[in-house]
This record gives sequence, C-alpha cells and structure tokens, in this order.
Amino acid sequence: MPGYIHIRNLKKSFGSFTALHGIDLDIAEGEVVCVIGPSGSGKSTLIRCINLLEDYAADSTITVGGTPVQRGRALEKVRADVGMVFQSFNLFPHLTVLRNVMLAPMRVRHLPEAEAEQRARELLRRVGIGEQADKFPGKLSGGQQQRVAIARALAMEPKVMLFDEPTSALDPEMVGEVLDVMKSLAGTGVTMLVVTHEMGFARQVADRVIFMDGGRIVESGTPAQIFDTPQEERTRNFLGAVLNH
Amino acid sequence: MEIFDTFFNLPVLIRTFPLLLSGLWITLQIGVVSILAGLVAGLGLALVRLYAAGWLRFLARLYIDVMRSIPLLVLLIIIYYALPFVGIRLSPFLSAVAALSLVSAAYTAEIFRAGIEAIPRGQFEASEALGLGVRHKMVDVILPQAIRIVIPPLTNNCINVMKDTALASVVAMPDLLKQATQAQALSANPSPLIGAALIYLAILWPLVAAVSRLERRYGKDR
Ligand SMILES: Nc1ncnc2c1ncn2[C@@H]1O[C@H](COP(=O)(O)OP(=O)(O)O)[C@@H](O)[C@H]1O
Ligand SMILES: [Mg+2]
Repeated sequence: MPGYIHIRNLKKSFGSFTALHGIDLDIAEGEVVCVIGPSGSGKSTLIRCINLLEDYAADSTITVGGTPVQRGRALEKVRADVGMVFQSFNLFPHLTVLRNVMLAPMRVRHLPEAEAEQRARELLRRVGIGEQADKFPGKLSGGQQQRVAIARALAMEPKVMLFDEPTSALDPEMVGEVLDVMKSLAGTGVTMLVVTHEMGFARQVADRVIFMDGGRIVESGTPAQIFDTPQEERTRNFLGAVLNH
Repeated sequence: MEIFDTFFNLPVLIRTFPLLLSGLWITLQIGVVSILAGLVAGLGLALVRLYAAGWLRFLARLYIDVMRSIPLLVLLIIIYYALPFVGIRLSPFLSAVAALSLVSAAYTAEIFRAGIEAIPRGQFEASEALGLGVRHKMVDVILPQAIRIVIPPLTNNCINVMKDTALASVVAMPDLLKQATQAQALSANPSPLIGAALIYLAILWPLVAAVSRLERRYGKDR
C-alpha cells in the first residue's frame, strides 16, 4: 500500500551533478521519520522535493495524500497541507510574530481575521511565546524565532511537517526548547519528516530512522536497529563519527 | 549694485512672478504624472523582466536597455516632431509626459528588480511552502520588503524626472523654464531665469537632502 507520502524513483540533478539517485520511500500517516546522514548526502534535497521547492526528474513520482506533487493548480493545495520549517527560520521580518502566523491562514485558507488571530495566539502560547506576539521577529532569540516558524507552519493545520535541520543554526542552549516543541508534536497525527543531527531526538521520537549517503538511502529501520545494530559499514562509520563528539 | 539690477531685479521678479508660478504648475503636473506612470509601468516591467516567459522577458529587457540608452531630448523630439508623420499627433503636454514616463519606467524597472533580487531566497521559499500564490507572495511578503530598499533610489529617480521636465520647453510647453525665458525676453532682464532656477532648487533640494538622509539611515541598520 502506498504511504501518505509516496516517493518512487526520485531523481534530482543539479546540472551534471546527481544529488538523488532514485529514492523510494513511503511514509504512513502520523509516522515520524528522521533522516540522518553526512552533509551533502541529499537530505535537504529530498525533503525540498516533497513540496516542490526543488523540481525533480520527470520520470520520478511523489504523491502526498494521493495528490501528485507537480506544477499546476493542485500544487498550492499540496503546499498548504505540507508545513516546512527551515534551518534559517525564514520568518517575514516586516511582519509581527502574530502577523507571521496569521498570514497564510487568512490568504490561503480564507480564515476571517479574528479567527486567524485567535488561532495564532493559541499556537504561540502552545510553543511558549504567547507574550512575544506583537514583537517583530528580529527582536527574538533564535530559539524563539524557530518556535514562531513552527507555529506559522502549524497554523495551516498541515497533514505533514517537514523539518530541515531546525536546530542547526541555534546556539546550543536553545536547541532543547525547539526539540521539546517538536516532541510534543509527534504522535498528534501529524506526519513528520525531520532532517536532523540530533541523534538523541531521533532515537527518542522517531518511528523510523533513515540514513542517507551519496544521494541514496543506505539503510532504514527503527531507531534501535539503526543506532544499536546498523547493518551497513557506512552507517557505522557515520554514527561512530557523530556519536563520539 | 549693477549685478543686483541685472540678476535679482526685484520689480522684474515681482512683475513676472505670476508667469513663473503658472509655469511651475505645469512643471509639477508633467513631473507628477510622469513619475506615477513610470512607477506603475516600471513595477510591471520589473515583474515581467524577472518572472515572465522567455520571449516576454527578452522584450522587457530590450525595452529597458533601449530606453536607458536613448537621450531623453532625442526621444521627446521624435515623439513630438516625427510621430505626426505616421499620424500620431500628441499635444506638447502628452509628448513630454510620454517621453518622461517611457524612460522613467525603464529606470524604475531596474530599481524594482534590484530591490526584489535583494530579498533572500528563503523569503520566497517560506511563502511558497505556506501555499501562498504568486500574487500574495509578492504583495504580502516580497514587495513590502523590497519597497524599503528601493525608496532612496526611487526618490533619486523622481528628482531626475522633475529636472528633466525642463526639456518640455523645447516642444513649446509653457513650463517653468519656458515661462522664465519668455519673461526674460519681455522684460529684457535675466532675473526671471534666476527666479526659475531658485524655484527648481526650492523644490528639489529638500528631496536631495531626503535621499541622503534615507541612505544614511538605511546604511545604518544594515
Ligand atoms: N542549488 C544547488 N545547485 C547545485 N548543487 C546543489 C544545489 N543544492 C544542493 N546541491 C548539491 O546537492 C548535494 C546534496 O545537497 P543537500 O541536499 O543540501 O545535502 P544535505 O542536506 O544532505 O547536506 C550536495 O552535494 C550539494 O552541493
Ligand atoms: Mg541540508
């Protein structure tokens, strides 16, 4: 049975360089999948293809909830249902925190302003920054900004959340507060695909861990399988290098 | 003082002041209409230049380069003196506004393009990832940020358009410069010309100062 996110033979090239060599991946509704792997292995490219921030080869297939991810009328609908959190937050600097969260629900879901504001304030409280609602993003710490970014994505009530190294740009003391928000999200029915270097988080929260290298999925399994009994040499080397630091 | 009688002849200035004011009114009309038309057309042109299909983009680029290369006076004279040969007869006012807007649109387009291109990729991606369509992405996210960047160069362009309105006098438009030269001829004294120069200064100097201020402020918070 195809997964909620269904990826077949996903290939992606940048010019003559092949970043993804035919990825096959199915993710069930509500599943939490963490993607690990060395820098340059294609993790970002993989998740950016799922909402078509990157175009992919014509003979590859991606569907989300049965809808093909491709240019055309359906794309904005898919994107509205797929939230994304970036390493660099990408909040809108000219809008207050509250307006950042309200914008897409009003423009895309056509929520009335009052309702959008109520939902935004509630979400901001949920991620622990209710009091910062009327500030501009530039006044917030990195950890606070990333939590706003998560609230902004959640305001669309997405079926899927994509995270691309959400804590990599943060000072160490702020990593925990963002991971806590993500943990509270797991198991709520949202399908999560998380690119991360936080192995502790992956072990604790993931239903499945995928190890990528060189544009391929080298190995995938439960956190226990990947972290405790990795089958592939490359996985062992990577984990050895990461966990010993 | 002979110099004062020649260049700052008060009775002459007072007598010709109404004439200068009527010229100023025309100058402002030409300038403001051209600036507004140039802004609207320039924004559209910038969007075409950045996002339209290949050949449209090429045409926009061609237009922008041609209009930035042609001397404004030459364009104005072609519009006023050459177009009637193909049956297009524009009034002096429309000729001046047409020439100024056509060129201003090209400069404005380049300013907007630079402003939009200065917005980080992540802003476009975050908008797209939220499902915002092209229109909302531009109107709600990209353009409000780009506007802040382009205000100083746009103001500069406004100053240039205002200055270039003086060229309208060559197509017999009774603008500030034309009225001043006429008043000079009538009163056989150049004071009206000096008066006109002072009026140009009074209008444009504050704008020039404003640009410097904006650029300094902008330079600071970057
Ligand atoms: N826009 C791009 N142009 C050219 N090469 C790119 C581009 N984006 C990514 N790549 C290349 O594709 C490979 C995979 O990149 P990426 O998916 O970002 O890796 P990861 O997220 O695992 O670090 C890298 O070798 C990177 O240099
Ligand atoms: Mg990456």
